[in-house]
Amino acid sequence: MEQTKLDQLTEIARRVRVGIIEGTYHAKSGHPGGSLSIAEILTYLYFEEMNIDPKNPKMPTRDRFVLSKGHTAPGLYATLAERGFFPVEDLKTLRKIDSYLQGHPDMKGTPGVDMSTGSLGLGISAACGMALSAKYRGEDYRVYTVVGDGESEEGQVWEAAMFAAHYKLDNLVAFIDLNGLQIDGKITEVMNPTPHDEKLKAFGWNVITINAHSFEEIAAALAAARACKGKPTAIIACSVKGKGVSFMEDKADWHGKAPNADEYAQALAELNGEGK
Amino acid sequence: MADKIATREAYGNALVELAEKYDFVVLDADLAAATKTGVFKKKYPQRFFDCVIAEGNMISLAAGIATTGLVPFASSFAMFAAGRAYEQVRNSVGYPHLNVKIAATHAGVTVGEDGATHQCNEDIALMRTVPGMVILNPADAPETRAAIEAAILHDGPVYIRLGRAAAPVINGEDYKFEIGKGVTMVDGKDVTIVATGYMTHIALDAAKLLEAEGISARVINMPTIKPLDTAILEQAARETGAIVTVEEHSIIGGLGGAVCEALAETCPVPVARIGVPDCYGRSASAGEMLTYMNLTAENIAAKAKKVIGK
Repeated sequence: MEQTKLDQLTEIARRVRVGIIEGTYHAKSGHPGGSLSIAEILTYLYFEEMNIDPKNPKMPTRDRFVLSKGHTAPGLYATLAERGFFPVEDLKTLRKIDSYLQGHPDMKGTPGVDMSTGSLGLGISAACGMALSAKYRGEDYRVYTVVGDGESEEGQVWEAAMFAAHYKLDNLVAFIDLNGLQIDGKITEVMNPTPHDEKLKAFGWNVITINAHSFEEIAAALAAARACKGKPTAIIACSVKGKGVSFMEDKADWHGKAPNADEYAQALAELNGEGK
Repeated sequence: MADKIATREAYGNALVELAEKYDFVVLDADLAAATKTGVFKKKYPQRFFDCVIAEGNMISLAAGIATTGLVPFASSFAMFAAGRAYEQVRNSVGYPHLNVKIAATHAGVTVGEDGATHQCNEDIALMRTVPGMVILNPADAPETRAAIEAAILHDGPVYIRLGRAAAPVINGEDYKFEIGKGVTMVDGKDVTIVATGYMTHIALDAAKLLEAEGISARVINMPTIKPLDTAILEQAARETGAIVTVEEHSIIGGLGGAVCEALAETCPVPVARIGVPDCYGRSASAGEMLTYMNLTAENIAAKAKKVIGK
């Protein structure tokens, strides 16, 4: 990847992180940790990978994105705002009664949201439905979803995994955000859902493991997914929960908690490169 | 009147009949032989997708299909489509108001020998709580065929309740069906029997028993549970002064519950609810189960007399 491109994407991901902090701070609730862990994935999808048009969010030929781990809506909203689907300023209305930015994604109210999600395990199934429809109609759009590692404890994720492999949904890419933490602690200690790579291979998926914060690795994995025929692709994205805000990094406590005024100021200072 | 055909069978036939007229796909959960989607699968294999024994995935998957503008029918037994997958119906289909048609067979006690685990007497109650959900419960083959076409033409989620047991044909082939409209099958002035699904033909038998005793019973077939035809109910309440509801579903939250909720606010009259009391079924033939649960013409007639004080 060219350095200019890398710099551009890095800057967008930084602004996405700022949007996540702005949203959750002004909402006084929400899920910053798992939003921050997927900032590079969302940035790359919406600025490089996906065929989308912010001026025509319902374009029938568009690629689709389903945030299966719907609680990380602040990350999706910040990305959609940066991409021009709606004003960045509106991120501060997150979770407010008159806002179109619901606590979990609402496809009816928010431009750019392709599926309503929030109840874990349901989004990846919906993504399978979109991919199946494309196959059935002979359309060439692609479908992307992000599943949480904690979310993978839901049985429905594996029902969907079975389905996608059986119907050879090679137009489907599922990121597994392996940040290693769920509300109750480390996933490997609470009840271990790993190894995702071996499990998904056994289910018949094409599996690629990457560093979730490396644009080069994301780009390479998505290129490999496009090249793979006859199988859905899972990208096991090893991430740091809370990435980019020092005191939130790798802390389960920041799964579903908003920063207070001091923490907000510190987070913004860090993200704006002003040091500690 | 002599013909008997299960509404599940009429459903499978309707899918085949309507396949060339409308663009839709059919999903099933390893039950195509029983839900009768198998006849569609045989004729249109490229439009049929087996989702296997994973009903939650099937319903969320159907929602995803619907987001692309393609209409999916998703079929399983009522116990699994409405029961197992309730949360998927609510959150994946209902909340975004997606154009998914859930055709659930083997509803009620007429499932018979499979017993309590498979006799779903709660699906109407569950589906009624989903905002925006249309609930259809056809009584016979012509009504099922018409309901399936109406469901396709309706933009939004529809739950269609279908039965396993063969049901007598009580409507003509030219039957006109409209979502949200009850149908007066027999006029009467002393009491109104409101029935839905398989129980409608038994309600008609009950009206004949009452007629023999000099009681004029109106019979309303209510193929749409939601949105409920409150106008026809209010008129019946005003004109006949008493109501008997009849369904092979729990008396809690089904047709009886819906009728009581509606009339209590607009035109309160005595109502007797006939249905499955607060209990589970058991293994027996469909006919035996109907008798076991007091879902008989004789009991309907007796309750009708009681509610009007005769």
